[in-house]
Amino acid sequence: MATFSTNDFRSGMKVMLDGDPCNILDNEFVKPGKGQAFNRVKLRNLKSGRVLEKTFKSGDTLEAADVMDTDMQYLYEDGEFWYFMEPETFEQHQADGKVVADAKLWLREQDVCVVTLYNGAPLSVTPPNHVELEIVETDPGVRGDTATGGTKPATLTTGAVVKVPLFLDRGDVVRVDTRTGEYLSRARD
Amino acid sequence: MPSAELWRPGADLAVLRARAQMLQSIRQFFQQRQLLEVDLPVLSGAFGSDLCIEPISAVVNGHSAYLQSSPEFFLKRLLAAGSGDVFALGRAFRDHERGRRHNPEFTLLEWYRCGWDQWQLMQELQELVLSLLGPRPVASYSYAELFVAATGLDPHDASDAQLLARAKPLGEWVAANRAACLDLLFAELVEPALPSGLVLIWDFPLSHSALAELATNRAGQSVACRFELYCDGVELANGYRELTDAAAQRQRFTAEIEQRRSAGRAVTPLDEHFLAALESGLPPCAGVAVGVDRLLMCQLGCDDIDEVLPFSWRRCR
Repeated sequence: MATFSTNDFRSGMKVMLDGDPCNILDNEFVKPGKGQAFNRVKLRNLKSGRVLEKTFKSGDTLEAADVMDTDMQYLYEDGEFWYFMEPETFEQHQADGKVVADAKLWLREQDVCVVTLYNGAPLSVTPPNHVELEIVETDPGVRGDTATGGTKPATLTTGAVVKVPLFLDRGDVVRVDTRTGEYLSRARD
Repeated sequence: MPSAELWRPGADLAVLRARAQMLQSIRQFFQQRQLLEVDLPVLSGAFGSDLCIEPISAVVNGHSAYLQSSPEFFLKRLLAAGSGDVFALGRAFRDHERGRRHNPEFTLLEWYRCGWDQWQLMQELQELVLSLLGPRPVASYSYAELFVAATGLDPHDASDAQLLARAKPLGEWVAANRAACLDLLFAELVEPALPSGLVLIWDFPLSHSALAELATNRAGQSVACRFELYCDGVELANGYRELTDAAAQRQRFTAEIEQRRSAGRAVTPLDEHFLAALESGLPPCAGVAVGVDRLLMCQLGCDDIDEVLPFSWRRCR
C-alpha cells in the first residue's frame, strides 16, 4: 500500500492512523524560525466520525487507507441490513445500521448514493444531496396558502420529519436537501 | 484549485501595488537613517550549520554551492570590513519549508547597527513595523515569562526530562533534545496564547543562542541575547546582539555539525570566510531579520503566503 508524507497531505486524502481509516481535513506546516518543523494535522476518523488534531514531524509518513467512494444503487432493507448494488458489476453490498446511520432517513429505493468502501466493505453511506420523498403524515393542508410562510412538521416515507409549508398535504412529494434536512420545493410529478 | 489556473499570479494587482509600496517604504526608512543598502549574492560555497535549516543546492563550475538561507554571513563580512550600518532586502532560500506561512524562497530584510545592543534594535524594529502596519498594540515579554505562564516550567532551569515529559503528549515524535522540546511547547502552547498586535519576546534559552551573544538575566540565569517579534501570533522577525568571538562561534558551528552528522543529515562546509572575518574583528553590533512576505500578510490581513507572492512555489513547478 502507498504511503503519504506530511509534505503531501491534502484535505480529502485517506490515511491509516492507529489502525483506523481517517480523512485528512487540514494540514498546517509549522516551523519556528530556526526550530524543528512539524505539521499540525486535523483528521476525521471515518469509523467513529470523530475529528482529532495531531502533530507529526515533518517528513513522517502514513500509510494510505484503502478507502473508495463508489456510486451504488440502494435496493432495499430487511430490518437488519441495507442492500446496495454497484450498477456496472451488479455486485451487492450489505451495510448494517451503524454504517448507514442517519443516511437511512433519506434512502429511497433505486436512488444512487455514495457508499464509502474500506477494504472492500461499506464504511459509510452518503445519500444524494437532494432527494424526493412522499409525505405520509402531516396536518391537513391549507389550500391556497402559499404566501404566509408558515410551516408544519411532515413525516416522509422514510420516517424523516421535515418542516414543510402549510399548503402541502399527505401524498404530496417534496424535494429535500439531505445535508441540512431542509425542505426545498414541492416536486413535480 | 484546478491546475489550469496555476499560470495566474497568487497576488492580485492591489496586493502587488501594496508589495511595491512596502519595499519602497522600507528603503526610505533606512535611507533616512543613513544605513547603506547592500546587494548580496545568494550563491555561496558554504552554508550555515543550523540543525533545522535545509539548503537548496546548486552546482557552480562543477562545485557544490548553496542558495543562502539568510544574508547574515555576507553582511557580517561587510561589517568586519568596516562598512558601518548596513541593510539588505533580498531573497532567502530554505528547502522543505512550504505552507500557509512558508515558501521555499522568500523576501528577507536584514539590518545591522554597530555599537547597538538588542534593546536599542528592538526599539527600531518596532518603529519600522509600526510605520509599515499602522498603529497596533505593542507588548514585550521575556521568553521565560511567557513559557512559565503557558507550561508551568521554567525554560532555563527545567531539566531535559521535565521538558520532554511535558512535550511528549503534544507530539510523541519529538526528539529527546532540549531545543526540540522547547520549540514544540512554544509552538503549541505559547504561540496560541499570545495577545494580538505586536509582541516582542527576548532573552531566549541557551539552546537557541545560534549566533547571539550570551548574558545573565535578572534572575541570574544565562540567556541568549536573542529576540523575536510576533504580529497577531505570526513570527515576523528574529534578532541578536551578535556574537563577535570567533573561537566561540567556531565551537558552536562544530557542535552543530556534529549534531547534524549524528542525526544523519547532510553536512555542508563551514563558512571559513565568515570565520576569518570574525577573527579579523566584527565590531560590537546588533542585527535583525524580518520576513517581508509575512509583514505584507499582516498588513493586508491575508492568511496564506500564496496571496502576497506573485508566484508561490506551487505556481512555479
